[in-house]
Amino acid sequence: MKLIVTDRTGNIHELDARDDWSAMEVIRDANLPLSAECGGACACATCHVYIDGAWSEKLPSAAQQEIDMLDFGVAVQDNSRLSCQIKMAPGLDGLKVTLAPESL
Amino acid sequence: MTERVAAPGGIHKTDVVIIGAGPIGLFAVFELGLLDLKSHLIDILDRPGGQCTELYPEKPIYDIPGLVEVTGQGLTDRLMDQIKPFGATLHVGQMAESLEKAGEGWRITTDAGTQIEARVVVVAAGGGSFTPKKPPIPGIESYENTSVFYAVRKMDRFRDKIVVIAGGGDSALDWALNLQPIAKRLVLVHHRDGFRAAPDSVNKMRALVAEGKMEFHVASIKSLRGAEGKLQGVVLNNKERGDYEIPGEMLLPFFGLTMKLGPVANFGINLHENLIPVDTSKFESNVPGLFAIGDINTYPGKLKLILSGFHEGALMAQQAFRYCRPNEKLRFQYTTSSSSLQKKLGVA
Repeated sequence: MKLIVTDRTGNIHELDARDDWSAMEVIRDANLPLSAECGGACACATCHVYIDGAWSEKLPSAAQQEIDMLDFGVAVQDNSRLSCQIKMAPGLDGLKVTLAPESL
Repeated sequence: MTERVAAPGGIHKTDVVIIGAGPIGLFAVFELGLLDLKSHLIDILDRPGGQCTELYPEKPIYDIPGLVEVTGQGLTDRLMDQIKPFGATLHVGQMAESLEKAGEGWRITTDAGTQIEARVVVVAAGGGSFTPKKPPIPGIESYENTSVFYAVRKMDRFRDKIVVIAGGGDSALDWALNLQPIAKRLVLVHHRDGFRAAPDSVNKMRALVAEGKMEFHVASIKSLRGAEGKLQGVVLNNKERGDYEIPGEMLLPFFGLTMKLGPVANFGINLHENLIPVDTSKFESNVPGLFAIGDINTYPGKLKLILSGFHEGALMAQQAFRYCRPNEKLRFQYTTSSSSLQKKLGVA
């Protein structure tokens, strides 16, 4: 299963994702710059990513807690998600995300 | 005895200064206290607990030995209880800003002007100090502290100004409501028509918007217009209108906090990817007398777990004792059997 990540300089990384890992864990395991400060507790909004294209509709929709936490994301867009809340699964093979800008 | 919250400013002397009042800094007070060493704690937040109380006060933690389930706030409360006998002094709402040699030990100065002299300094700063998130809007830095503020210190600064507040949390809504009566115009900008803030504040805000006393835009901030630090306009963007400019003289972005290493980076300690390498027998940095425990340190096999930090604090305290009491013999004792430890704990 692949997770395709565009970093903040525009480089594309094709990561091997594992079933049941969160997208945040896959990205952090690859040492890409994602601070994910709270460690996956949906409590900080520093694992913020943009979902590429049609993938937004294929993802299970965000829970209210994630929607509320995104209020603390910087540069939030309609396709914003918290990567700690995206659980990798066979249906998400090839999921494409872009790392959102961080706080200055 | 109980912990004491010190007023900002003043000069203090103690055995050990701990930077960071999270769970690891708090438990270090306990381990140092058993060895009769006095501690002062400095934290940028206005209360102890660090990440536990700032990020997940209500979330349960399941891997603290002996506690099947405890929340971040619950763990902090228990640690505060546990360290009560040792009368640590808390310097909260202050950032440890500079470190210099003072005799055999150190002098730490905070951004509130507090000076603390101690033989030993322990960095227990976790992921760094909590500071407001700064949205990546091009050129925003050139307006900081003149037109862009991440906190309200003097409300009067915003009197008769066109104030734009960005965000949807409690700080955004609370300040929108507090500044609305004195601002020339108050504009709230948020990316959605929904808020994580308390429903009561949201209702008040909506009422003011309905009465035409506050403006609300579902939009994101794209850029700023102004000159020489003086903001004149804020360019917003949303699906319906694309880019459009609104007047704005002051901008207050409220997007919560993030952790930055901050001034510790300038303390002269070796760093590796913003972490402090330590030896695992004493948890001392490359600088003798400067220690690092908890998430801020790194060593082979390091796990960022609260329980690791507790262990690190216990070993740190042994070496701190050798620095602080060079002429005394270190006596290793158990709290279950030592009557002198039990006296210190106030249970004998």
